[in-house]
Amino acid sequence: MTAALEAIGLSKQFGAIGVANDIHFSLERGARQALIGPNGAGKTTFVNLLTGLIVPSAGRILLNGDDITRTGQAARARRGLARTFQINNLFPALSVLENVRLAVAEHRGLFTARRALIEEAHATLSRLGLHDDASTVVRQLPYGKQRLVEIAIALAAEPSVLLLDEPAAGVPGGESGIIFDVIEQLAAGMAVLMIEHDMDLVFRFARRITVLVRGSILVEGTPAEIAADSRVREVYLGTRAHD
Amino acid sequence: MATILDALVSILFLGLGFAMVLYIVSVGLSLTMGLMGFVNLAHGAFAMAGGYVTVTLMNTYQVPFGLALVAAFIAVAVVSAILERTLYARLYGAGELEQVLFTIGLIFMAGAIARKLFGPIPLPMHPPALLSGQLNLGFRTVPAYRAFLIVVSFVLILSLWLGIERTNFGARLRAAVDNRRMAEAIGIDTALLFTVTFALGSGLAALGGGLGADILAIYPGYAVEYLVYFLMVVSVGGLGSIRGPFVAALSLGIGDTACKYLVPEFGAFFVYIAMIGLLLWRPAGLFGRA
Amino acid sequence: MIPWIAGLGGYFAFSDQLPFASQILITILFALSLDLVLGFAGIITLGHAAFYGTGAYAAGIYAVHVSHDPLSGLVVAGGAAALVGVLSGLVILRTHGLTQLMLTLAFATLLAEAANKASFITGGNDGLQGIEIDPIVGLFRFDMFGRTGYLYCLIVLFCGWLSLRVLLASPFGQSLVGIRENVTRMRAIGAPVAGRLLIAYSIGAALAGIAGGLLAQTTQFVGQSVLSFERSGEIVIILVFGGIGRIYGAFIGAAVYMIAQDQLAKSDPEFWNFWIGAILVLTVLFARGGILGLIDRWRRR
Repeated sequence: MTAALEAIGLSKQFGAIGVANDIHFSLERGARQALIGPNGAGKTTFVNLLTGLIVPSAGRILLNGDDITRTGQAARARRGLARTFQINNLFPALSVLENVRLAVAEHRGLFTARRALIEEAHATLSRLGLHDDASTVVRQLPYGKQRLVEIAIALAAEPSVLLLDEPAAGVPGGESGIIFDVIEQLAAGMAVLMIEHDMDLVFRFARRITVLVRGSILVEGTPAEIAADSRVREVYLGTRAHD
Repeated sequence: MATILDALVSILFLGLGFAMVLYIVSVGLSLTMGLMGFVNLAHGAFAMAGGYVTVTLMNTYQVPFGLALVAAFIAVAVVSAILERTLYARLYGAGELEQVLFTIGLIFMAGAIARKLFGPIPLPMHPPALLSGQLNLGFRTVPAYRAFLIVVSFVLILSLWLGIERTNFGARLRAAVDNRRMAEAIGIDTALLFTVTFALGSGLAALGGGLGADILAIYPGYAVEYLVYFLMVVSVGGLGSIRGPFVAALSLGIGDTACKYLVPEFGAFFVYIAMIGLLLWRPAGLFGRA
Repeated sequence: MIPWIAGLGGYFAFSDQLPFASQILITILFALSLDLVLGFAGIITLGHAAFYGTGAYAAGIYAVHVSHDPLSGLVVAGGAAALVGVLSGLVILRTHGLTQLMLTLAFATLLAEAANKASFITGGNDGLQGIEIDPIVGLFRFDMFGRTGYLYCLIVLFCGWLSLRVLLASPFGQSLVGIRENVTRMRAIGAPVAGRLLIAYSIGAALAGIAGGLLAQTTQFVGQSVLSFERSGEIVIILVFGGIGRIYGAFIGAAVYMIAQDQLAKSDPEFWNFWIGAILVLTVLFARGGILGLIDRWRRR
């Protein structure tokens, strides 16, 4: 079975500095995988490479078996690769409904009837518990709910692969629960890769974990394997312990 | 054969003079764009003001040419510094559209003031007796003023480059163009740097306006008529670059002159086409950072 | 609804100045087309007159050499301008910032230069003369008081406004707003940004061309100034004065500007540009939403 998303020898150099070094990575269909690593390991860069925001220096990327290395960002999204951003990247002047509707329209096509688009946007909002905020302008929404809108926009495209870049970043611990409830209820067929710092959440969510250090994959395995790996303890968990 | 050579020398000579004026006027625009990210469409108005000061001082008050140019430089630099502090600085953080509108407003105002003070007709430029007439180069004669213009411009450009390469101010300027935040972090007063650079760039434009008054006629439509040339020099050369606009001005000046000389029925048509092609190939310009 | 009542009322109220009133309607349509490009698609242009001028020359030349029929003339005007919009847009929209700005200006200058040099067909400096226009659909003759002309402009403007409204309310229009607000996110959700902007730019060009075509047909003359920088700058100013990105800004801006120019330019034509420039500077510094923005603020008090 082909992987949902695959990176083969993916590299990126900024000048003399390699921020991604010969990364071989694959995300199976329906995967629940986490990408962890210390600050500056290149996790967001890796996601940006996968989505086409950054052009790789070398290597290939396959989406459901098709080579998308030369495909533009928008075209990748249309083929079912969705992402959220670590720092809110929304349409702050528009309402929550309009934010989601834009994504639904791109997914369904611009010639879809307006009413159908609005209905579908409402349905997505309901799934995320944002229904009451539909007409609120995003700028006026509490931060935690803005993080949910991030996810809502990504889900509106009904992607086959979803890349979540620290979905609860900046949200107070008490409020992040709802975000992770939403993530746990995602469609079973969707492959999900999540960047996350909170180890409790990572171990609760992920069935596989990839550890990235200085732009290279250190190790990949099940949560139990990762927890037991001495190199991970040293490089990653070790540094966290000093926080 | 002799006539072809003759034509080539003429084109080179006329084009070189045009190119020098274009560069001296435009280099300040490249710096303000690169340093402050400010779209100053009114830059040409400072050149026009310099032209008016120079020509008026010479024609009405019989001030010597050199002195009139210095006066134009100082007057325009001072006025532009005041404008920068009071008005431009308010819009540094604003969007491109606001900056464009604001500077278009300034162009309209400058044009209207010029028309009120000096009338709609271009002011005649009378170079000093020494520089009028022809200069004998041995194998042919050339207009003395053009020769003077080219030599003076070269000296001016060399001193500008040396100033930016060698002086403390130049080092700070380069640092701030390269990475403004870092420059601020190491203690460079960028607000002051902006003002000084802006004044210097406008003063240079004024010199270009005065020196080039017989090439780019000084009249109220100046800032509009030549705007596209100044912008071309800057975008083809690359924002924030000092040398890029020089190469761009040389190609534009000589290319434009050649077109108008060789295929007058098409005017500057081919220059525009070449420029568009070049920007398709390199959208950030010759020396710009992508 | 108010603009249309005013538009119909204008027919009776200014019955002795209908040619001037028609110019206002044409300018509104021109400003509307710019609002699509600048206000909604967010493309800053200093060369929108390129399309207005193309439309004017296309309609004029069509009337002189091909047919006196007004409606097909407008189609030709819009089509020619749209074609120029697609071709120049393919280049312009690949660039950003100052370079993009310069290219919009350069294309307009290029066309102005071409119109000037091709005097055998454009009339060059003397302008394009001898434009004759047949009655509209063979029934309504253009009269010397400009009555037919005014109603013709009003109807065309209404159609332009209506199509723009439909377009902007559609998912396509919404996606333009999305691109203006956050282009990175639009790419991330799969919007082909370059293509969308090119379509918007070309539709804006077509509308501007139709405005130019109306000018050529109602004044029966095309002067070189239709392609000038002043015209491009003026229409930006009109839109900013009225209020950008909100459709009705074009109506208010064009009406106020044209009437003010008509009145003030009589008393002090030389200094008209000074006041325009000064008001623009003040608008940018203190009233970014234009007249409609000021009204909004005053209402909220």
